[in-house]
Amino acid sequence: MFNRLILATGVLGVVLAGPAAFAAGNECSAGNTLKSDRLTIATGNPAYPPWVMNDAPESGEGYEAAVAYAVAQRMGYPAESVDWVRTSFDEAIQPGAKNFDFNLQQYSIKPERLEVVDFSIPYYTTTMAVVVRDGSAASGTDVTASALKKLKFGAAAGTSSQPFLADVLQPEQDMLLYDDNADVVAAIGANQIDAIVFDLPSALFVAAVQLDGGKVLGQFPVENNVSPDNFGLLMGKGSALKPCVDAAIESLAADGTLAEIESTWLSQATGAPVIDMSK
Amino acid sequence: MSLTARQRFERRERLRGIAIGTTSLVLVVAAIYWLVPLAPGWEAVQRSFFNWPILVKTFPKLLDAFLVDVMIFAWSLPLILVLSLAIALCRNTRNPALLPLRVFGAFYTDIFRGIPTILLVYLIGFGIPGLGLSRPWNSPYIWGTVALVLTYSAYVAEVLRSGIESVHSSQSAAARSLGLSEADSMRYVILPQAIRRQVPAMMNFVIALQKDVALLSFVGPIELLRQANVFKSLMANFTPYVGAAIIFLCVTVPATRYADYLLARQRAVRS
Amino acid sequence: MENPKLRLSGVTLRFGDLTVCDGIDLQVASGELICLIGASGSGKSTLLRCINLLEPIDDGQIWLDDLEISVPGLDPNPVRRRIGIVFQSFNLFPHMTVMDNITLAPRRVLSQQPDETAQAAMALLSRFGLADKAAEYPDRLSGGQQQRVAIVRALAMQPEIMLLDEITSALDPELVGEVLDVVRQLKVQGMTIILATHEMSFAREVADRVCFLDAGKILETAPPDVIFERPSNPRTQQFLARVVRTNG
Repeated sequence: MFNRLILATGVLGVVLAGPAAFAAGNECSAGNTLKSDRLTIATGNPAYPPWVMNDAPESGEGYEAAVAYAVAQRMGYPAESVDWVRTSFDEAIQPGAKNFDFNLQQYSIKPERLEVVDFSIPYYTTTMAVVVRDGSAASGTDVTASALKKLKFGAAAGTSSQPFLADVLQPEQDMLLYDDNADVVAAIGANQIDAIVFDLPSALFVAAVQLDGGKVLGQFPVENNVSPDNFGLLMGKGSALKPCVDAAIESLAADGTLAEIESTWLSQATGAPVIDMSK
Repeated sequence: MSLTARQRFERRERLRGIAIGTTSLVLVVAAIYWLVPLAPGWEAVQRSFFNWPILVKTFPKLLDAFLVDVMIFAWSLPLILVLSLAIALCRNTRNPALLPLRVFGAFYTDIFRGIPTILLVYLIGFGIPGLGLSRPWNSPYIWGTVALVLTYSAYVAEVLRSGIESVHSSQSAAARSLGLSEADSMRYVILPQAIRRQVPAMMNFVIALQKDVALLSFVGPIELLRQANVFKSLMANFTPYVGAAIIFLCVTVPATRYADYLLARQRAVRS
Repeated sequence: MENPKLRLSGVTLRFGDLTVCDGIDLQVASGELICLIGASGSGKSTLLRCINLLEPIDDGQIWLDDLEISVPGLDPNPVRRRIGIVFQSFNLFPHMTVMDNITLAPRRVLSQQPDETAQAAMALLSRFGLADKAAEYPDRLSGGQQQRVAIVRALAMQPEIMLLDEITSALDPELVGEVLDVVRQLKVQGMTIILATHEMSFAREVADRVCFLDAGKILETAPPDVIFERPSNPRTQQFLARVVRTNG
């Protein structure tokens, strides 16, 4: 109810009053942003699909670009009040003053990072995904648990893929394990395995960059994850914005907006449908 | 039974030796037992390397995984023996028509002794299946084994060759003078003696092979080392590696002792 | 000589600059026992190895009956079956029992049945007093026994000629007799034998003819009483004088 109110007020403000009315929408964060009445958001340089399409976050296309605008809007900043800056992945995690209000480029929330920066509550929880080679026999497999179990799986040892395969999917053939993603990719290239399980971000990267003709066949429902990674918006240590950002994400999650964005950019756009575990 | 003065003296000396040896051994073990835990990091080390509950929990699955090592070992060893024998015989031919074989044998031993085993496991384990073989012929078990067999055959072939050369030429003269063909004198007269002489040296490679089968884990199979590696990641604890080491030791220590025994016996026979 | 069993004509063998056999002519009749005497390095052993084709000769011819066996490229194995040789150092196969030492070549080369070969081997062992050693390994035998086994091993191939290369030289003196007994038996049975030896008294006793070799040449060939009583060549005289003195 409260959230709706904020949204309604924000929209109303934009429509009716122009900049002067913003004070009503962004009161939570007012005075605490880098530039008054504007929100500065950082992402990677370059930023990759499907997180940011065409390296153009301003378009709002891509999962993280869309999330950024949605959060901004809930916080009371319409699209035209958002500024984008770029940072490298590591530079943003270092201690010290920030040139952004929040930064998003698939940062996992980790205890050791919390020592030096703050994270919002998670806006995305990684799912596990299956990568196959396009055109291989396995690429035609139904995206159901029972069909996938018949494939020969490989994974990088020491990642969450191995316990996921062993405890959740339980394929019928023995899986093979490798030292790192490059080796798993070599094995599927040599047709020694049919399919690889990665977390979705890795799966997308491998399919796009590392594996010739790679394809993300599908992703498992998030509730099946064994030890999921949570992505959070990164802020400077002790940022006064954190409660406002958290509230915005909470409201986006509660009304299904996040799920909708995820479906649009991480499922439909990537062609990685959610796997039916009941069949 | 009465002993001579000399026997009494020798017995006293022997008992004294045993007493000194036992005492010093007990002192050293006790020192390790009491002193090591005094180190400031001992508790942390104990938790992550010598964690009894984790060992108990993981050991049965480690043993299961060790069966994979045993299997790989069991089929690799005969292949290595056959191939190394062939290579050794190639290197030993004196017939000029067979010069290509000799050159091949020399090349083979040079190349496969010169490449680290792990590299060969990668190259062959991923490379040959990558040429487009279909299952099951692209199995990492097959090509990983091929890599092991190639490397080890090169070493064992050299051992066999020096064994063949160590059999005195008079033995081959005796065989030939009886009208035995070159092949027969090699098979019945030279080789049995050469192999018998080189068994202790070959045992060292057998022991090394017992450990190197774990290299196949790099191309996929979940054997002992990989299983320990998985447990380590899951539990953030190194105890499974210690468990794996214990299992390897249970096999390699008796094998090493046996090899030493063979070597000692051979020295006794020769002297 | 009519139809000699073995005929050597101008046999020459060089090792680099060294001529170890220098134009050797020799005819051996069937059933004859020839003794080769001469100093160490005079070419006795090498000559035997040439006859057995263990050393390919550089010049000359060797005939076995009507077959020239010195033709280059001739398969030596059929020839070796017909010519047995026994070495100074026995050269038994140490990893085989006495029985296996003897039966290996008959089984592999003559393709005899195993039981037939074993029976023949046992008969030979019994004949030379070695029947109880059939299952032993060579290192369990005395030198004399080993050398007798080596002779039996050669005989098992039913050779037409036996070449005996200083077969008593490696033996302790008390073991020499038993081996020489074997040679006596062989002669009685009519075997054609060429024996390189330092045992002068034995040569004198059993030889039909004695050849004296010096520097790769046969300097003198004669019946033993002639060689030992009235050697015509001064070098033979010198050699015998020295040997008789050292032998006491």
